[in-house]
Amino acid sequence: MIEKLFIVLIVVLAVVAVAQIIRLSKVSSVLSKKREEDFSPIANKVNSNLMIYFMVFMFAFLIWHMVAFDDVLLPVAASEHGVKVDNLLNFNWWIIFTVFFVVNFLLFFFARRYRYDPNRKAYYLAHNNTLELIWTIIPSIVLVVIIIWGLLTWIDITDEPGEDALVIELYAKQFDWTARYSGIDNTLGDVNFTLITAENPLGIITADGIEVKLKELDEEIEKAEMSIRNEVLPESRVKELEDRIGMRRRQKSKVLNYRDSGRDFQTAYDDVLVKGEMHIPVGKEVNFQIRARDVIHSAFMPHFRAQMNAVPGMNTQFTFTPTITTDSMRVIVEDANFNFILLCNKVCGSAHFNMQMDIIVDSEADYAKWIAEQKTFVPAEPVRAELKEKVEVEGTIAVN
Amino acid sequence: MAAIAEAHVHAADHAHHHEKESFVTKYVFSQDHKMISKQFLITAIFMAIVAMMLSVFFRLQLAWPGESFAILNYFLGDRWAPDGVLDRNMYLSLVTIHGTIMVFFVLTGGLSGTFSNLLIPLQIGARDMASGFLNMLSYWFFFISSIIMLSSLFVETGAAGGGWTIYPPLSALPQAMPSSGLGMTLWLVSMAIFIASSLLGSLNYIVTILNLRTKGMKMTRLPLTIWAFFITAVLGVLSFPVLFAAVLLLIMDRSMGTSFYLSDIYIGGEALDPVGGSPILYQHLFWFLGHPEVYIVLLPALGISSEIISTNSRKPIFGYRAMIGSILAIGFLSFIVWGHHMFMSGMNPFLGSVFVFTTLLIAIPSAVKAFNYITTLWKGNIIFTPGMLFSIGLVSTFVSGGLTGIILADSALDINLHDTYFVVAHFHIVMGLSAIFGMFAGIYHWFPKMFGRMMNSRMGYVHFWLTIVGGYGVFFPMHFVGMAGAPRRYYQYTDYPMFDGIADLNVVITYFAILAAVAQVIFLANFFYSIFRGQRAVQNPWKSNTLEWTTPVEHLHGNWPGALPEVHRWPYDYSKPGKELDYVPQTVPLDHDEEEH
Repeated sequence: MIEKLFIVLIVVLAVVAVAQIIRLSKVSSVLSKKREEDFSPIANKVNSNLMIYFMVFMFAFLIWHMVAFDDVLLPVAASEHGVKVDNLLNFNWWIIFTVFFVVNFLLFFFARRYRYDPNRKAYYLAHNNTLELIWTIIPSIVLVVIIIWGLLTWIDITDEPGEDALVIELYAKQFDWTARYSGIDNTLGDVNFTLITAENPLGIITADGIEVKLKELDEEIEKAEMSIRNEVLPESRVKELEDRIGMRRRQKSKVLNYRDSGRDFQTAYDDVLVKGEMHIPVGKEVNFQIRARDVIHSAFMPHFRAQMNAVPGMNTQFTFTPTITTDSMRVIVEDANFNFILLCNKVCGSAHFNMQMDIIVDSEADYAKWIAEQKTFVPAEPVRAELKEKVEVEGTIAVN
Repeated sequence: MAAIAEAHVHAADHAHHHEKESFVTKYVFSQDHKMISKQFLITAIFMAIVAMMLSVFFRLQLAWPGESFAILNYFLGDRWAPDGVLDRNMYLSLVTIHGTIMVFFVLTGGLSGTFSNLLIPLQIGARDMASGFLNMLSYWFFFISSIIMLSSLFVETGAAGGGWTIYPPLSALPQAMPSSGLGMTLWLVSMAIFIASSLLGSLNYIVTILNLRTKGMKMTRLPLTIWAFFITAVLGVLSFPVLFAAVLLLIMDRSMGTSFYLSDIYIGGEALDPVGGSPILYQHLFWFLGHPEVYIVLLPALGISSEIISTNSRKPIFGYRAMIGSILAIGFLSFIVWGHHMFMSGMNPFLGSVFVFTTLLIAIPSAVKAFNYITTLWKGNIIFTPGMLFSIGLVSTFVSGGLTGIILADSALDINLHDTYFVVAHFHIVMGLSAIFGMFAGIYHWFPKMFGRMMNSRMGYVHFWLTIVGGYGVFFPMHFVGMAGAPRRYYQYTDYPMFDGIADLNVVITYFAILAAVAQVIFLANFFYSIFRGQRAVQNPWKSNTLEWTTPVEHLHGNWPGALPEVHRWPYDYSKPGKELDYVPQTVPLDHDEEEH
């Protein structure tokens, strides 16, 4: 349908262009007496008329898009602040469309209206302070309104979350998301990137996690040292291995610090890790703590008008209150398969375009049921057993 | 100052006596600003062709994801387009290099390099740039950096692919994506050399404008082109070194184990060493250049259009002093708004508020400029040369694209539009289309000055109308793609049911992009044909007031055969009451009882 319309458009344009060229070439020998060289009054006329045609085309093209593609735009905001954002946006649109149509009209209309006429002389007008003052002051006043309204909305959105806001971590890595629920204590367990292992993808600090990591680091250091000692290697490779050993030693000392800190890291034990699909309760303020493992990502939840970058080495956050459940939204958009979505909105590598997670907004009861079914974060079983043994022997590390 | 002018006169005399120049000194290592300007232009046109083709390649993928195109396979080969389907890493490289070339090589190096070089000495009445040697160096640095940037497209692991802003850690870690390897190194080296080129050029422009104006050429009698080039050069000198620092620190992070931008990274199955750096630091440094850069691109275009609109409306530019004031205001404000690119970076929200305020202030001088252009047309006597058409087109795109900036400047609204196609649409209209329209306008208008021949105006008309239809046709629909929530730099949208609706829009956009690309063929044919076969130009084809039209058509080292012209009035005395002709060149003395303006 659109392609057809487009082809029609192209044909019309082509006809206009060809007609113009033919018309111009007919009269190219006719030159004005007043202005010799390259000036043809007919060409001037054609171009001035084209100004109006183009303006009509441009306005029609835009309005057609607004009508034809209205359903492409995002549906109604599904969060409390999102409605305010949309109101502000609509207010801006009113101003912008007014100025857009008026100014473009004046531009193309004047261009057509005041085309060259040998019997007329242009009006010598160098400046007019009153006029210039008017179009400095009026935009200033409009902008003051836009700025104040905008900032009030922004301050409202970025306000500190309430004490009882549900804390959820969004963790980004190439190329997927993990959501970590903070569990019964509503507090996320501490994390450090050096503790990341296959079983502990977020680097959550737990007593047994520390032991696993120390073992892994020791093994790597030992292996590298063995290579240097027993194998015949080029000097550059030796240097590389030595660098690696140094790096692992530094990381090991960091991990040891955690072990020797005497903290019990218990807040981590009730955390819940979820992939692929996450649930949040409707009507409850949710505070998203956002982190990244490797490069910058961005947690973008367009239906909630929410976005914040995920930056390695730094915690960011975004808080909002969902107001529409997934079920209600499916009715609103008349699509039984509709899902809210979290996607990555900062280029992060080759599969950036497909780094997504579904978000299900549940009623409070459904959410409570869902979260109760989730397994809490615990390290892999054998390690746990080993650790228990160790605890019994050494009696230093408390695990509950 | 007088001494310099004196020295130049002597230099010019000297040149006169030894006019025989070898091919190399005349066409290759030329120190004549007119030749250097042509070198910049031709190089930039070549770069623009490449960047335009890259954009058509990735538009094909966006409109028809996963489909096979023989043309992709032909140009990109089996490695990057096996069976004619674009590789996803190559997609990112194409996007990145398209942006880099267009912003830096075409619209910065190409636009300023061409027109600042050509017009500054000619319009202020100087024999040449303050330093011809630095000027030559500036071009050759530009040339070398262009070659390096292009060569990065042929690297085995692909050209830089992290977007033209190359945010670390993605750009710092070859483990993060293959194109962050050698391709990124070449990008950084090329940019470092480019920055050197830009600085050499800018310093030269500033010094020339301040010191080498001819007698009577007060700052308040300068054409607006010169004012625009002047502020552009100042912006460049103040902001490009910051990008240089950013690039340097990134090079160190990449190869010397520092951690300016890196911290707490686990990638490729291992935890990395760097701790304590901040990726946000890079963003601050980058955008401290990046935002002024927008105006480095835009101001020369606005200056060019001011001059052309006034000349072809046969009417003074309305509000000359307000135009200068708004250029100054825009230039100043452009340094304190960079944070609006970083509302979603995790920067303190209060800091965001400050940037909202400063950013929206830019709308005021911009509005003044737009209204002044329109008032200049009002009651004019308009002659539609191709240059004039492009200038009017520029005013339209400047307004249409600038308006959506009001939305993006508002941090609360930016939350949902940041990094979507809405942003892409916004900056392509306000910066891309406007600046390229300014460049086309300049080429058509000053072609007779550069090559002594006229371009064919009929082909120019067709070129303009197809280009503006193509331009708006590409970027209007893109706003809707962005409002639908579609992120930029996505290889395809087929993995998301919510983006099914934009598929049609993407097809429309690609058709228009192809139309716009084809329209440029008309321009290229016209341009190269006219260099050799165009109608011979007369001395002042547009009946313009400025000094460049008092020089002979045939180029002359030193520009004026005799003494330098003396200036007696501002450059916008068009249709002045009481004058017989509808223009009064700047060299004509004021009448006894005549007021300047």
